[in-house]
Amino acid sequence: MAEGELLIRNGVVYDPINGVKGEKKDICIRDGKVVESVTNPKVIDAEGRVVMPGGVDIHSHIAGGKVNAGRLFRPEDGRKGVKARTKVCRQESGYSVPNTFATGYRYARMGYTFVMEAAMPPLAARHTHEELVDIPILDNAALPLLDNNWMTMEYVKSGDTDLLAAYIAWMIKATKGYSVKVVNPGGTEAWAWAKNCDLNDEVPYFDVTPAEIVKNLAVANEKFEMPHSIHVHGNMLGHPGNYEVTTSTYDLVKGIKPYRDRPAMHATHTQFHSYGGTTWGNFESKAGAIADYINKNEHVSIDLGSIILGDTTTMTADGPMEYSLYQITGRKWTNHDVELETGTGITPFLYSGKSPVNTIQWAIGQELALLVKDPWKLALTTDHPNAGPFIGYPIIISMLMSKKRRDESAEDMHKVIFDRAEYCSIDREYDLNEIAIITRGMAAKTLGLHEHGKGHLGIGADGDVAIYDMSPEETDAGKIQKAFLNTKYTIKGGEVVVKDGEVVATPAGKTYFVTPECDEKLTDEMLVKLKDKFEHYYSVSFNNYPVQDAYVPNPYEIKAPWRS
Amino acid sequence: MVEITDVVCSLCGCVCDDIVVEVEDNKVTKVKKGACAVGKSKLMGHGRIEEPAIRENGSLKACSYDDAIKKAAEILAASRRPLLYGWSSTVCEADKVGVELAEEIGAVIDNTASVCHGPSVLAIQDVGLPSCTLGEVKNRADLIIYWGANPAAAHANHMKRYSYISKGYWTEEGKKNKKLVVVDVRRTATAKMADVFLQIEQGKDYLVLSALRALLYGYEDVVPEEVGGIPKKDLLETVKMMKESKFGIIFFGMGVTHTRGRHNTIVNAIEVTRAAHTHTKFSIMPMRGHYNVAGINQVCTWETGFPFAVDLTRGYAWYNPGEVSATDLLIRRECDTALIIASDPGAHFPGESIRHLAKIPVIQIDPFPNPTTEFADVVIPAAISGVEAEGNVYRMDNIPIRLRKLVDTEYIADEEIMKRILEEVRAIREKEGE
Ligand code: SF4
Ligand SMILES: [Zn+2]
Repeated sequence: MAEGELLIRNGVVYDPINGVKGEKKDICIRDGKVVESVTNPKVIDAEGRVVMPGGVDIHSHIAGGKVNAGRLFRPEDGRKGVKARTKVCRQESGYSVPNTFATGYRYARMGYTFVMEAAMPPLAARHTHEELVDIPILDNAALPLLDNNWMTMEYVKSGDTDLLAAYIAWMIKATKGYSVKVVNPGGTEAWAWAKNCDLNDEVPYFDVTPAEIVKNLAVANEKFEMPHSIHVHGNMLGHPGNYEVTTSTYDLVKGIKPYRDRPAMHATHTQFHSYGGTTWGNFESKAGAIADYINKNEHVSIDLGSIILGDTTTMTADGPMEYSLYQITGRKWTNHDVELETGTGITPFLYSGKSPVNTIQWAIGQELALLVKDPWKLALTTDHPNAGPFIGYPIIISMLMSKKRRDESAEDMHKVIFDRAEYCSIDREYDLNEIAIITRGMAAKTLGLHEHGKGHLGIGADGDVAIYDMSPEETDAGKIQKAFLNTKYTIKGGEVVVKDGEVVATPAGKTYFVTPECDEKLTDEMLVKLKDKFEHYYSVSFNNYPVQDAYVPNPYEIKAPWRS
Repeated sequence: MVEITDVVCSLCGCVCDDIVVEVEDNKVTKVKKGACAVGKSKLMGHGRIEEPAIRENGSLKACSYDDAIKKAAEILAASRRPLLYGWSSTVCEADKVGVELAEEIGAVIDNTASVCHGPSVLAIQDVGLPSCTLGEVKNRADLIIYWGANPAAAHANHMKRYSYISKGYWTEEGKKNKKLVVVDVRRTATAKMADVFLQIEQGKDYLVLSALRALLYGYEDVVPEEVGGIPKKDLLETVKMMKESKFGIIFFGMGVTHTRGRHNTIVNAIEVTRAAHTHTKFSIMPMRGHYNVAGINQVCTWETGFPFAVDLTRGYAWYNPGEVSATDLLIRRECDTALIIASDPGAHFPGESIRHLAKIPVIQIDPFPNPTTEFADVVIPAAISGVEAEGNVYRMDNIPIRLRKLVDTEYIADEEIMKRILEEVRAIREKEGE
């Protein structure tokens, strides 16, 4: 947070959370926060330029064991992004798996100031935090994986949702995490025996189904005043014909009453879950069916997981999925199963416009954005780096804003795009207000961060601002893309961190974590069971397990009381 | 007297964390439980470097921390091709400052992986690593293969805590329902416990791995009657055990990384794991030696993109083991200064590189004297991580664990020493206008 005053004058402001849709407006910041007025400020002239709150990424893999295993086994990716240190910046490396420094700088250059690390294996949470601390500028948080955990499955089986709530509360606290992450529920545990699970299969040895896991976690999560819902990567990701599994997963939380005005489930990287067909041969887009569901229902929000063409590094706790991907490509493959909790798979992947399957995947990611009517229901992501690196966001933005660009691009793709996807028949074009919604407003609201100063520019909000070097009337897709890649200014907590596309300051970001407050008696009862797990099955001791305060030097705590 | 539980051992890659010690008068007086003999000896403390010192006219002369740190900074700031080496027996917090210093002065930063599991890293960069945490092995593994590794001697608690002798969820009867296969050139203490011991001829690991791979993929006809000193029937038996296991793991050690074929041999071992994985669950894991060698690889990777042998001379990271790894730089007599921290190249490097090291200014940071001290020009004693200082380390399976501080000390921790050197270097460079 910077002390002093800043005035951003005459920008055209898009602040969707506060209903500001392209109004010429001044933004005043004092001591890092947006205020009504200032008296003796430094002035930034934003005349005629697009001004938005700092971007908020709801789902991106930027820190931790998976990401680093990706960096380690891909020196060829590391070399792609090297950039020498400057007086202000540390050295950069990497494209799909950038080093920690590059991660901070590149997001900041795109005007982002908050990123959610999407998957933290609890046992390795210290690792995630060590890297988050090392990422400059960005405020951050991380989602602990809590679905393939033996404790979770045992409580699901016994039907003790209160004890399940006590467990997730303890785990979110112990990992300094933000909410409940679900990744291939049951399937990742099955993967420890080289198997997988569909939504209603029984998880080997545990006598529960993935569907029961998801439902019970949603119920347990809503027992607290949690800012965010459960965050779900469902079963059968990446399989032809999986769209019905996807909607069946959505159905699971129908009727669960969320704590606040947000859905009871956030379903992530939906592109990977919107597949029709029965084989890769007759693979087709079912974005329409998924969008239809989202349009008719209020209990699920989504993010896109849109494809960026080119080479990338896929990584997920969905071990069996990464194994099948590796079997398709024959490229290198890393796996790292984590005792009693989760797993990890990593393999490089090339998305090619010449491939019919990749072409349809590419179309689906954008179709979802174009077919879901209410932009408040979706966020722009590439599930970085799974569908492509985050620095591809400006490409997607320009696509969504320009039918012309989409038509031109479709010409370069495999011809299946004309008959196995709706892509070319959709005329909708996003306006800047809608772009602001899917790149900051929606994510901040869905994560509950708008109440903590993120994703908007109302009085009291964080002084996080992106000023894009473009006029609101711009229609040239190339210029739009360029403007969104490198801001004119990015301001973080009232401090200019990017100027003319160059990083000029690198303040440390804060780590947001949630403290669910659970009844002590319940917690004690749960701990008897958990301590037994440590005594007999974990390979680290109970007292060495929780993430120590030293790992979160810039904490921002959000309390989540029990809902009576 | 106070009892401290859940103490973490800072010696080998097992990073045992259930140790109980007694502390009296600011000294660890007893290790009650959990540690093996060498771990115990480390926790109890032994001969250390007493004072900071600077070499004058051939002998080390005691000095203050300030003087030693200042001298170290002067040497580093004046260097044109500095090497910063070691890092695997200290905490990640110190390693991070090391990378920052390397950037600041344009140094090569390398760590001990370069001379131990470097070939494993290269193999992983070639084909990846299907692996898991040690608790997975404990709970599920019914077939354990140690290849070129002798945990009974080098990782004394490994079998008890994590593998053959441990008891877990699906392995509650311990070794009774498990199989142990050992592959080695010698009948080691570990080999003596094995259900199947494959005593291979020196340097024939690659051949034997290829044979196993062929058998796992069903090409029995191409495998001759004997491979690398092992009869085909033993290979067939091993493959049968692999296929019939529910969860198998290969732990491999320096016996494989340092055999003929180097990283190609490890690639082959990983390919064997993949082949076995077409039948059942199979994983593979390197037996990392120092307690935080995995950690410096992690830190170096997230900060530079690369795990070891990183040259920051150009201001960005240039990774090329074989060119900018420590021993190669030294053999080419390329570096003109070396900072050696938490390691002992004096004992572990090839003679040729030690000869050059002895000629150039060497700064040593370590709690303990070792052969490197014999020729170090500035010696800075450090607090003992895990006894006198806390910090993060990564176990051999990359699980991060925080070392505990058990007693107070006058000695400064590695992180702090590194920070002060960095500050001094920056001050000098600022004065000189970079
Ligand atoms: S096995 Fe290794 S980590 Fe465990 S006590 Fe012995 S030396 Fe220490
Ligand atoms: Zn993801």
